Amino acid sequence: MAYNFLEFEKPLAELENRIEDLRLAAGGQVDAEDEIKKLSKKADELREKIFSGLNAWQKTQVARHQDRPNTEDYIGLLTQGFTEMHGDRLFAEDPAIMGGMAWFNGFPVVIIGHNKGRTTKDRLKRNFGWPHPEGYRKALRLMKFAEKFDRPIITFIDTAGAYPGIGAEERGQSEAIARNLLVMSGLKVPVVAVVIGEGGSGGALAIGVANRVLMLEHAIYSVISPEGCASILWKDGSKAPDAAELLKLTAQDSLKLGIIDEVIKEPLGGAHRNYELAAKNIEKALKKHLSELIAMSPDELVADRYEKFRAIGSFTTPPGAKNA
Amino acid sequence: MAWFKKVKAPKAQQPEKKVKIPEGLWVKCDNCKEIVYKKEIDKNLKVCPKCDYHFRITARERLDLIADEGSLVELFPDIAPRDFLEFKDTVRYRDKLKSSQEATGLKDAIIAGEARIGGYPVTVAVLDFGFMGGSMGSVVGEKIALAAENSLEKDMPFITFSSSGGARMQEGLVSLMQMAKTSSAVARLGAKGIPFISVLTDPTFGGVSASFSSLGDIIIAEPRSLIGFAGPRVIEQTIKKQLPEGFQRAEFQLEHGQVDMIIDRKHMKETLVNTLAFFRGNAK
Ligand SMILES: [Zn+2]
Repeated sequence: MAYNFLEFEKPLAELENRIEDLRLAAGGQVDAEDEIKKLSKKADELREKIFSGLNAWQKTQVARHQDRPNTEDYIGLLTQGFTEMHGDRLFAEDPAIMGGMAWFNGFPVVIIGHNKGRTTKDRLKRNFGWPHPEGYRKALRLMKFAEKFDRPIITFIDTAGAYPGIGAEERGQSEAIARNLLVMSGLKVPVVAVVIGEGGSGGALAIGVANRVLMLEHAIYSVISPEGCASILWKDGSKAPDAAELLKLTAQDSLKLGIIDEVIKEPLGGAHRNYELAAKNIEKALKKHLSELIAMSPDELVADRYEKFRAIGSFTTPPGAKNA
Repeated sequence: MAWFKKVKAPKAQQPEKKVKIPEGLWVKCDNCKEIVYKKEIDKNLKVCPKCDYHFRITARERLDLIADEGSLVELFPDIAPRDFLEFKDTVRYRDKLKSSQEATGLKDAIIAGEARIGGYPVTVAVLDFGFMGGSMGSVVGEKIALAAENSLEKDMPFITFSSSGGARMQEGLVSLMQMAKTSSAVARLGAKGIPFISVLTDPTFGGVSASFSSLGDIIIAEPRSLIGFAGPRVIEQTIKKQLPEGFQRAEFQLEHGQVDMIIDRKHMKETLVNTLAFFRGNAK
């Protein structure tokens, strides 16, 4: 198993490579087996130690890991009979966001998610998961479709952000995102969003106005990328690690700030080390939240979603002030 | 004022800032670089008499221009920002707030109120670019939502004037969520058939343009205002090309179908009154 290790995993990578070498050389000798066992235990402990103490920038790297399971992987692992739907019916098909009909836990649902792609060719086709307005308008079409046929919506968030380009601006990137926020707030069906990797700003939120917002343990969600923040604050993009810390962009911080509803545990070493386990943990969380939401009436769902976002904000008002 | 032309002469790299302008009396136009008597600009609603460039104005100045005299009652004036993330870059957020408050006399980058425009009662919310670039954090988000809810409760049209660089990063993810909050609030107006007029002024970007301000039943822009999702510098760095002349200006947005009309400052109030009359008829 060749993993793509991150910089801060270096000691772990060395250890795992040594184990692998031993395994190849030993061919089942008893004393080698003992050594392998000992080293494996040490590797487990080291992995535990590293991954229980990740800082914001390290988490950012895990969230963006090239092997991290993406929307397509989770659709394959979590749902049955996925049928992809394409196009915004206005201008184009934008593969930076994918979506369609599927069965989850025996129920028909609509799934929508960003997709950064995996192979080079796929990444290029999907514009590295940076959507154009068409991606958001396709998502909007699918959400209205779900509402029309009374099907819950599951979204997977994983984008660096909405694409900053000439065509995107010409075709109303702002309007496309804003429209999604408006329409999502009034959807009469359950909506659950899961931040599976990178929750990059408005481009992420545009499919994130949900009754429940869940985040994987090492996912990030931020108003601006750490690089962008650093270049504004210090005119120096290389200070991104400091910006990541300031922005409080981890799942744990988002939970503390009251913005998300649950942090979903990842396999030790990150979701990319065990796709099936990551999917299983997401499945469990989705089942729990969807079963609660399905019991609510359409009006209750809309009110629940409105109240959820209406309540977010931190400010001061003097006691007795009007309307506060 | 021909002699001033000589001062501006070499149209070179950056001598612009070095031109000495007598403090207070004269202003150099950001657009045509002409030096103009300040009183003349003030008299002309802060529009350059030479080239029609619309200078940025404060939220108070804006309200003075569009609200019927003496009709404005400010709403939620006591809501104030907090440095709840203890955000500190080169300066602490709390210090930045304090200095912005002192410089502008505002608690945050917004004034909300009830007013009459041509006799029509409205709720109005105006962003102020002078307060941390008009950025939307908890206070701006909350006051937009409260103002929209005030409109809903009292069946009054809602009018916003935007002027903002986007979300306020010093409030992290909480500021991003104000996009959802404000968009949800104006969605409720739409569901009840209460009109929402959004006016985009220079500049309107990011979290503000990608939320409530792009959701007006009518969207009006001031001439030449820069309006967009991503800032021009970010786009240039991404596509590694120079942007075409006029990119993201109000005129560009009109051409690409993103705004209903461009209205200069002189005619803004009259346009609002006409629009309100369309919505409300003679009922004032
Ligand atoms: Zn001028």
